[in-house]
Amino acid sequence: MSITAKASNYLDERTSISGAVKEFGRKIFPDHWSFLLGEVALYSFVIILLSGTFLTFFFQASMTPVEYSGSYVPLKGVEMSAAMSSTLDISFDIRGGLLMRQVHHWAALLFVSAIGLHMLRVFFTGAFRKPREINWSIGFVLFVLAMAEGFTGYSLPDDLLSGNGLRIIDGMIVAFPVVGTWISFLLFGGEFPGGDIVGRLYSLHILLLPLIVIAFIGVHLMFVIIHKHTQYPGPGRTEQNVVGYPVLPVYAAKAGGFFFIVFGVVALFAATVTINPIWSYGPYDPSPVSAGTQPDWYIGFADGALRLMPPHLETYWFGYTWSWNILIPVIILVVFLAVVFAYPFFEAWVTGDKREHHLLDRPRNAPVRTAIGAAGVTFYAVLWAAASSDIIATHFKVTMEGVINTLQILLVLGPIFAFMITKRMCLALQKKDREIVLHGYETGRIVRLPGGEFIEVHEQIDEFERWQLVSFNDNAPIMLRPNPRGRITSRMRARANWSRFFFEDRIAPVSKSEHMEALEHAHH
Amino acid sequence: MRKKNVSSLKSGRRRPAVSAALLVLGLLVTGGAYAAFSASTASAEVDLQSQQVITEGQKLFAANCATCHGQQAQGTEAGPSLIGVGSAAVDFQVGTGRMPMQAQGPQAPEKPVQFTDEQVKALAAYVASLAPGPSIPTADQLVNGNVANGGELFRINCAMCHNVAGAGGALTEGKYAPELKSVEAVHVYEAMLTGPQNMPVFNDLNLTPEDKKDIIAYLEYNKNHPSVGGLELSSLGPVSEGLFIWIFGIGAIVGLTIWITAKSN
Repeated sequence: MSITAKASNYLDERTSISGAVKEFGRKIFPDHWSFLLGEVALYSFVIILLSGTFLTFFFQASMTPVEYSGSYVPLKGVEMSAAMSSTLDISFDIRGGLLMRQVHHWAALLFVSAIGLHMLRVFFTGAFRKPREINWSIGFVLFVLAMAEGFTGYSLPDDLLSGNGLRIIDGMIVAFPVVGTWISFLLFGGEFPGGDIVGRLYSLHILLLPLIVIAFIGVHLMFVIIHKHTQYPGPGRTEQNVVGYPVLPVYAAKAGGFFFIVFGVVALFAATVTINPIWSYGPYDPSPVSAGTQPDWYIGFADGALRLMPPHLETYWFGYTWSWNILIPVIILVVFLAVVFAYPFFEAWVTGDKREHHLLDRPRNAPVRTAIGAAGVTFYAVLWAAASSDIIATHFKVTMEGVINTLQILLVLGPIFAFMITKRMCLALQKKDREIVLHGYETGRIVRLPGGEFIEVHEQIDEFERWQLVSFNDNAPIMLRPNPRGRITSRMRARANWSRFFFEDRIAPVSKSEHMEALEHAHH
Repeated sequence: MRKKNVSSLKSGRRRPAVSAALLVLGLLVTGGAYAAFSASTASAEVDLQSQQVITEGQKLFAANCATCHGQQAQGTEAGPSLIGVGSAAVDFQVGTGRMPMQAQGPQAPEKPVQFTDEQVKALAAYVASLAPGPSIPTADQLVNGNVANGGELFRINCAMCHNVAGAGGALTEGKYAPELKSVEAVHVYEAMLTGPQNMPVFNDLNLTPEDKKDIIAYLEYNKNHPSVGGLELSSLGPVSEGLFIWIFGIGAIVGLTIWITAKSN
């Protein structure tokens, strides 16, 4: 017996691990590039954990004032918090420190963007349908946690930029009548900026939030194994099987290699591109606010919402000032996120579909869902752009007011237009698919008939391709029928209205008889 | 070898190496001459008190500035009075190409300088002769400042418009604070003294000459020390970082995922 065989036998006799390896190793995963986006998020998170651990060795989460005496000349002798001073030491005086800081920050940006793309893929392919609604919710929580991780991390160095970011959060908190000021004092340990916030955010950033993230990732991945992976429709792929490669040896090797590729990309960025140069921002001081102060990209949509709010919306009720210019954006953001969270449950209610779905939808085959997604993306993108309104103004040589007003209009009209255009595009693409199934594709071969007429020869597509074009869910609007008690409740009525909204414009897949008829017709 | 000779003789063309040598020579001559010429203008010392220079400046003023600022620099509806703005204001506005203005707009943009250094100084001398005002700083007013103090003063007084890294920023109604990385120290000093365009005046009670020196030292330090972290992405902060990760980061990663999954097919 070889040494490996002996070792594995030794292990197996004591742990019975072979059962698990067999079960897990034979898991099949389908191959598609978009299925790797979640993996990218996972790998970025691992990179963040590794580089973050390095940073914790040297970072001091304290707001005690110190006089900087490190090697960065323009800040020598300047009073700053120990947090800022230790971050400067990491950047200038600790070997590899700046590289690690930049790895950590670039990986964080990549982490959240990969989550965002992964969510979009899941949304537009309908991968959130039964049985995966709960996993969508878990993924959503991970997205929110990632933003929270990002924001707490951004605030730790106690530089000018992060302090300004915290100031905005403080402003949002105190905008809440009655409780706002109390919460602010509780959070900051006194009047902003207080002397406690960095230490508190540090506990959240390195202990509490990562633990919750790891737990949720665990559950998220467990569900992927329990549900098995979804797959795109194709030859031989059904709701009962998964076509792809087994984890062992193919995916284990691929995924392992891919981790190092992602790490390599992040390391390349970190080694060549500056991120968050806190040394040029300087230590936090409540008086200066730099031009071009923005949060990291994933908080941009919240900043944009504040920037787009028309000014002077304040009322004085019951002895309290109600700052609607802050409360309304906060409410809009919460509602937006709530809609993202609830969408799978809402769609399941509207369709009344209780079947399990393991085959993904092509986005065109769910026109209204795709259109809703496009509207959501547009809404988010406008808010996102608004966060950089000042930079748009200077770089495109337009006025700041012009940018803001344009984006205000776009925020309302953009999603509506995006919805209509996307829905029409999906329906048109579905019509095209029908056309191809019924009449074949154009070969480009022109034939002149004996009578002098020219025709282009159409060729039938092969049955594998045809299968892809004809097999999709055809949802029809539900009929409004009285319940057993002979009543039509308002809830039923609402559901019927939504169902009509989703499915009244639809292109049915080509049926077998239609296809036969078309073939018949073509032969004559 | 034979073929090469034949072809170059037959066609009557110069050999590529000769052409390249001629090109390099030509570039060296023109570049050298330009450098010598511009060096000679830059080092020119002009006496701003001299009547001859003032007369020269008056002529230039009448030809280039009087349309908007009036024959006696008293101002018109199109441009403000220049009486009492001093030589520093003229040296800044004309020396950075902002004046003469190309077109009326929210703000006069920086553009290629239209006059030689002597002409700029002559204009400055003329305007300074009209009434006392801030004068062009001397070379020793611009050096030996304290970088750390300058950084602190810059963050408190300048960063809200010019950005903490001097990358510039937006103001209202299409106005903007320009970036400072390419601005010469003397022009920074003059801008603080005179408050051009939408900038407030930072007089000597507000920022002492010593403070101004420190701010200039800080800006010069940043000019001479590019970011230790690598590419600066225009020092625009999180916006350019976000664009970078979405364009290059996600672009590269998605490309790689496609590569990985394509191999097995």
